[in-house]
Amino acid sequence: MSDETELKPEEMLQDIDYTPRQKGWLEPTVKFRKGTYCYSAQAKHQSYLDLPNPRNWQPFDEDWKLPSNWKETVLSVMEDRLNKYRSFRLFMDICVRCGACADKCHFYIGSGDPKNMPVVRAELLRSVYRKYFTTPGKIFGKFGGARELTEDVLKEWFYYFYQCTECRRCSVYCPYGIDTCEVTMMAREMMSAVGLEIGWIVEPAANCFRTGNHLGVPPHAFKDTIDFAVDEVEELTGIRVEAPVNKKGAEILFITPSADYFASPHWFTLLGYLMLFHELGLDYTWSTYASEGGNFGLFHSNDMLKRLNAKMYAEAERLGCKWILGGECGHMWRVVNQYMDTVNGPADFLEVPVSPITGTRFENARSTKMVHITEFTADLINNNKLTLNPKRNDHWRVTFHDSCNPARAMGILEEPRYILNAVCNNFFEMPETTIRENTFCCGSGAGLGTDENMEMRMRGGLPRANAVKYVREKHGVNVLTCMCAIDRAVLPTLMDYWNPGVQVSGIHELVGNALEMKGQNDRPTDLRGTPYGDQEE
Amino acid sequence: MSIFFGVVIPYIAGFVFLGGILYRIWKWGKSPVPYRIPTTCGQEKTLPWIKSSYLDCPHNKLGVLGRMALEILAFRSLFRNTSVEIKQKTQRLVYSHNIALWLAALAFHWALLIILIRHLRYIMISDEGVPFLLEGLASLDGVFEWAVPTVYLSSIVVVLALGYLLFRRVSDPQMRFISLPSDYIPLLLLLSVIGSGFLMVFFWRVDLTQVKELAISIVTFQPITPAESLGWGFYLHLLLFCILLAYFPFSKLVHMAGVFLSPTRNLANNSRMERHINPWNHPVKVHTYEEYEDEFRDLMRAAELPLDKE
Repeated sequence: MSDETELKPEEMLQDIDYTPRQKGWLEPTVKFRKGTYCYSAQAKHQSYLDLPNPRNWQPFDEDWKLPSNWKETVLSVMEDRLNKYRSFRLFMDICVRCGACADKCHFYIGSGDPKNMPVVRAELLRSVYRKYFTTPGKIFGKFGGARELTEDVLKEWFYYFYQCTECRRCSVYCPYGIDTCEVTMMAREMMSAVGLEIGWIVEPAANCFRTGNHLGVPPHAFKDTIDFAVDEVEELTGIRVEAPVNKKGAEILFITPSADYFASPHWFTLLGYLMLFHELGLDYTWSTYASEGGNFGLFHSNDMLKRLNAKMYAEAERLGCKWILGGECGHMWRVVNQYMDTVNGPADFLEVPVSPITGTRFENARSTKMVHITEFTADLINNNKLTLNPKRNDHWRVTFHDSCNPARAMGILEEPRYILNAVCNNFFEMPETTIRENTFCCGSGAGLGTDENMEMRMRGGLPRANAVKYVREKHGVNVLTCMCAIDRAVLPTLMDYWNPGVQVSGIHELVGNALEMKGQNDRPTDLRGTPYGDQEE
Repeated sequence: MSIFFGVVIPYIAGFVFLGGILYRIWKWGKSPVPYRIPTTCGQEKTLPWIKSSYLDCPHNKLGVLGRMALEILAFRSLFRNTSVEIKQKTQRLVYSHNIALWLAALAFHWALLIILIRHLRYIMISDEGVPFLLEGLASLDGVFEWAVPTVYLSSIVVVLALGYLLFRRVSDPQMRFISLPSDYIPLLLLLSVIGSGFLMVFFWRVDLTQVKELAISIVTFQPITPAESLGWGFYLHLLLFCILLAYFPFSKLVHMAGVFLSPTRNLANNSRMERHINPWNHPVKVHTYEEYEDEFRDLMRAAELPLDKE
């Protein structure tokens, strides 16, 4: 990787100093140091989505080619959002700077940059709010913690609000529940209004809008890749599974992040899904139009989230499905749990989800009509509907990474653990302060998982990697499981940097390994094609 | 002069406080809550055989009530606080449970509440009318009754706690970095109000019956001319308190009211069970299936994918 960070892991660790070197943060200072920021979005992708001020520019340019009325625009968007979101107005007003959030942010822990303390990140915006929207701020200025909105402030925003992965860890510890994610979302909407966008959000969003998925996979290529997976399952198990695409009248519409069918190690999770659905004889379908579970709109703006998410319900209605099953993804599930029904519902053309295998009615999804795959599978296992052979995962010593959004914006903590305990014999938890609601982000979520941002990603991922290192040394853990496509895309790089040798896998890859299928061959290899005899143990 | 400090200033401060707080709450309340965004700090309610975390991830109003009560009465979230340290030798990050801030904050807020309740005796209409609860509280609180005048536990606690909160702001480089003048002002104001109260109790004794007469006349909106013997120790204490009151709505102290409205805490995690309504949910431009099929029809046909229009 050309943009690989040049710092060695030991050097990076030694370089972290939690004593702030600067005096304060009121004077905007920002240096776009290579490896610590994301490139801008290209004009053509902005244009495709009708976003304002399309042009080609880069953060390291002196001139950001802002529109002449940029300041009025930013402030008017701020005012609009203050009136639309109680969270935003409240979080601008009630912080007491107690510092409880300060060392909870993975970017702060990994960089020591005091502006990465969640409180200061929010203050970068709050100071401008005070200046233009509060009386004391107008009167007392800097003494009141208020400051003018200048181009330098805007540049600082761009740097630090694209150095937040919207993971919500700080909000767990805040005595008022102030959620920096909300603040970051609003800041990104304000910046978007004057054309400040990053590439790895706007390009996937544009792709998703056009082709139905972030990777821009057109329908025929989608069909090819699913067919290819079907062939691979046959090679591995001797069984030819069916994988219907765009099938009208199927009972269940299955939607998973596009990386599952186009990237590694996601691919093995896809094989796991296919095997499971075949073994159950599930009446389901894939969709090419709604071929993306993830939603990079969440990282961009409320409207973009809604535009991309609209495809899920629209496709379920067009195909005449009864309910939707969702694959392993992180932020997708924040959108499904906290936004989808509100923005694009009510889905009254669907039915309350009922598992056709166990008859379980998923009351918890009775309005949204969308069930998480681990809820679905945990229910199967609990009803003894699967024959599992956990020995086929004995070569793995497993730990589990709670992804931010399923943990802190949904609360799905037990289902994945229940499944893992059923499909493997060696499962070890990382320390309590680093899992469940306390989990640490991969460091590359919310659109920041680009190569040019590599140093910051490795820094942000340090707390997660360090917890993995702990269980690796203690229990010999060699695989980090997770149920998030961004995790599966970025954790391998993080592991290579901090803990070489630790692999990354999805939950349903291990389900696939353990699943006994009727009429299978002797299953000489795991889903990765590694022969069982060959593994070192 | 005594009318100005004893009557006019308290009324101004009282109205600024009430008006200001109501205005802030009205302002917050005017902005809608478009989404159901609780921070889930435990297992959600899903399958019946999976135990859900009723208080940290509530799925109904009662659970939310419990969560808010824990938050407001016991500072639940602050109790989670940890501090991180890098052990360079073993290359490990170590997190330790750190309850100092929680303890100091909780001690400060509860002690302050007890002190405020204790001051209610000055506005109770008659001596016999001092409610039973207030008596009980005073006797519990006044454990150092052997001292004359009585030293209250809450007074000691509030000073120690405030002292700690100020100390950590000044001594910890991270705290110094994030602190604004508006973080020191409330601490210093509170300390000065309490300090002047001490001075009044121990040095510049005032006639409490006269204080009570004045206090009752003010809260019943029948202000009297304050008795002349009320010395400047009393007026100093009252003035500092009035400054604090008037400062309140314009400062971070509004967190007292705001915490009740925080959408990451006061909403149930039930948005898959019940649809949450966003009052401004506006239409957006979407890419329809028809447009999609129009663009990709030939490729889809070649791949033998079903089509809506042949």
